[in-house]
Amino acid sequence: MVGVMVEDERAALAGHLRAVAERRDKAAFAALFAFYAPRVKGYLIRQGCQPAQAEDLAQEVMAAVWRKAGLYDPAKAEASTWVFTIARNLRIDAIRRERYPQVELDDGARELPDDRPAADDVVSTGQRARLVQRAIATLPPDQAEVIRQSFFQDKAHTAIAEDLGLPLGTVKSRMRLAMIKIRAALGEQEP
Amino acid sequence: MSVTHHPSDAVLVAYGAGSLGEGLALVVAGHLAFCPRCRDRIASIEAVGGALLEEIEPQAPEAAMDPGALDAMLARLDTLPADVPLPPPAAPVGLKLDFDVPPALRASLATPGADTAWRMAGPGVRQLVLHRPRHVGGPTAMLMRIAPGRKMPVHGHRGVEMTLVLDGGFSDEIGHFVAGDVAEVDPDTDHTPVADRGRDCICLVAVDAPIEFRGPILGPLQRLFGR
Repeated sequence: MVGVMVEDERAALAGHLRAVAERRDKAAFAALFAFYAPRVKGYLIRQGCQPAQAEDLAQEVMAAVWRKAGLYDPAKAEASTWVFTIARNLRIDAIRRERYPQVELDDGARELPDDRPAADDVVSTGQRARLVQRAIATLPPDQAEVIRQSFFQDKAHTAIAEDLGLPLGTVKSRMRLAMIKIRAALGEQEP
Repeated sequence: MSVTHHPSDAVLVAYGAGSLGEGLALVVAGHLAFCPRCRDRIASIEAVGGALLEEIEPQAPEAAMDPGALDAMLARLDTLPADVPLPPPAAPVGLKLDFDVPPALRASLATPGADTAWRMAGPGVRQLVLHRPRHVGGPTAMLMRIAPGRKMPVHGHRGVEMTLVLDGGFSDEIGHFVAGDVAEVDPDTDHTPVADRGRDCICLVAVDAPIEFRGPILGPLQRLFGR
């Protein structure tokens, strides 16, 4: 595992994204490309993409970063989380040729009763990445394994259970325990 | 009325990771329109995705981009089309939808391959297939409309099955489900939803493996579902 990122580096990435959104800043984009393109390509390779396809898709992801930068809201997610969701959706489009149903989380289509704590009562997004990374690093190996398989091997819990020769209930409870720890690290309340 | 039945963490993780099949993903996306709690959970799961992306070793040989990739990209940035959000797709002409359709589902209704009309699927039950996978027969997502007091047709499923209530309500062995609630049923578990009295119950039903109907009305249903 790579050493934990320093906060400055994360803040710089968010700053570059803002510079792309506000000023179409190509130097900032080049910095984002240097950081994200190889990581996205590595992610796609782990998911089973062929190298040429991973290269093309990673470029498509970066093109989407350029085009959509104005939609990035630093109050809602880390830059890396935002890039991850773009890579995830393009991968699904390209590889499965199935559209991934998405909700615009703020589409305002419904007036929702919302008694959640305000975001700044929980943790700021700046802290979020560090807390999540630490929580993942301290998960028991069996819980970390099912989480990593979900993200890197295109396997839902049912396929993971088959693969590991475990009852579905065991895999589900590992996922649940892992997410309880991650949510606790983020200061979220379990209902 | 508020949502009390949610998808499991395992399903939410699969959705956030992008490893959930399209049928089940449609149920989760529909549920999120009703449920701030699960939207928060998805945000945390996507943050895990972001953290795992950061951890990928950029110097690894397989991760290295082609040497000219950045220059090629910089050269074409100005020609990239602006990101203009697409207008929500219209539902098929003539399809009557007398309930509140979550945005994620609206897109699905307009997908080629989705049915364009309700069909009878047994006494008091109508269905509308939303999604059939490309390579295997049988739908993985459909709307079902169940008349007051009627049972959903008996069916088995090899994988996980999820049912999202869109309008009305039903009861099964687990409890009572209203709009926004999700019943998640693991393989080999039978459940028999019975619609509430008073109004139709409209649900989105999805599976991760194509649905198989059994019981006395097996034949006609299998034909309806195109298997």
